[in-house]
Amino acid sequence: MTDLKIDKEIDARGSFCPGPLLELIRGVKSVQVGQTLEVLSSDPGSNRDIPAWIQKAKQEFVGAYPEAGYTRFVVRKVH
Amino acid sequence: MIHQIVILGGGVGGTLLANVLARRLRADEAQIVVIDSHGEHKYQPGWLYLPFGEETVENLVRPERHLLNDRVHLALGQATKIVPERHLIEMSDGSAVPYDILVLSTGADIAPDAVPGYAEGAHHFYSEAAALNLHEQLERFQGGKLVVGVADIPYKCPPAPLEFVFKVEEYLQKRGLRERTEITYLSPINRAFTIESVSEFVTPLLAERGIALETFFNTEQIDPIGKKIISLEGTEIDYDLLVLVPPHRGAAVIRDSGLGDAQGWIPTDRSTLEVKGHPNIYAIGDATDIPVSKSGSAAHFEAKVLSDRIVARIHGEPEDEHIYDGRVLCFLETGHGQASQLVFDFAHPPKPPDPNAFYHYEKLLFNRVYWYIVPNGFV
Repeated sequence: MTDLKIDKEIDARGSFCPGPLLELIRGVKSVQVGQTLEVLSSDPGSNRDIPAWIQKAKQEFVGAYPEAGYTRFVVRKVH
Repeated sequence: MIHQIVILGGGVGGTLLANVLARRLRADEAQIVVIDSHGEHKYQPGWLYLPFGEETVENLVRPERHLLNDRVHLALGQATKIVPERHLIEMSDGSAVPYDILVLSTGADIAPDAVPGYAEGAHHFYSEAAALNLHEQLERFQGGKLVVGVADIPYKCPPAPLEFVFKVEEYLQKRGLRERTEITYLSPINRAFTIESVSEFVTPLLAERGIALETFFNTEQIDPIGKKIISLEGTEIDYDLLVLVPPHRGAAVIRDSGLGDAQGWIPTDRSTLEVKGHPNIYAIGDATDIPVSKSGSAAHFEAKVLSDRIVARIHGEPEDEHIYDGRVLCFLETGHGQASQLVFDFAHPPKPPDPNAFYHYEKLLFNRVYWYIVPNGFV
């Protein structure tokens, strides 16, 4: 795992597609520009959906970090 | 002991549950109370037809009392707070309703104000008044840019905005305006519908009808003067007429009681329908956070399972064989007198059959016979 400072964490484990993506979108709406948000997802669809949305929304995709049974998706709000 | 079973909300799930319990439990076993704020039972799936002048408000409403078994006590009033530690519900008139078992069937509220510019710029069909107003807007429409979409997920009756866009395309053809109208459908995610198999079914239909699909469009605001809808992703789309399903939230009483999540949905066990952390409280229908369609169909099947669980509980029998499996059965109107059908549960995604006239007429028939077969729990 990284040493990144995370400003907000959303645990969307156990939630089904597109739940984690929608949680991430709500999270991005709620944080300030410059802040970092982390979403935990156990849904395999997130590996495709979350990076694709971040690219479309022109936010900064910091990375996806696989853990046991879930993945941490980290995004920085840049605008 | 006479158990006091209180059902908060007289929609599909609450009404059906009350009636089944009244038939299956004796008066010396249970007293059944439905608390409802207005006493009118509304058949919300019918609102889809109001903008096209294909339905009347009168057909879509009945007094709740007429739908309830005589043994069910209907308490009309506004619940303001649920107090689980004291097993009671506080009412706006200062009274309190005690319960042994509480069922929350409080539904979903719409929250158009959550989108800046919505009130001035957008239309919808998620209330009788809004659907009738949209009918007037459509009758006045003379062509241009028509944008249909979803502001946020979840919302009630997930296929409804797709059904609307297919129906409005047909409506514009009939009025001779189709050639003069560009239609765009907005989806917050990267496909047309949350369930992939349904998305794969509707995407070619949208293309066939010349309806543009704009994905990853999460509405941030509406500019009613410039007539633009603007997304969080930075996309701006011009419109002449905008039909946008408003954001939804859990009921105020749930949020005010601290029983909901950030959007007011009740954390509910998807199999047992128990409210998490509250063994005497259950939740069904649109009010829950269960990952299933917010629809009358889900509420219907949940209410059936819950009636089995509550009867077993009161009779001292095991409840665990009665499990909600995520079952939903609904129709998807595809316009031009055709529809498909969606049947699914947690383990089996829908496999929508090709649109045909049979499902369309089955849906229209269901809209009429609903009053006689669903609220009483006969089906």
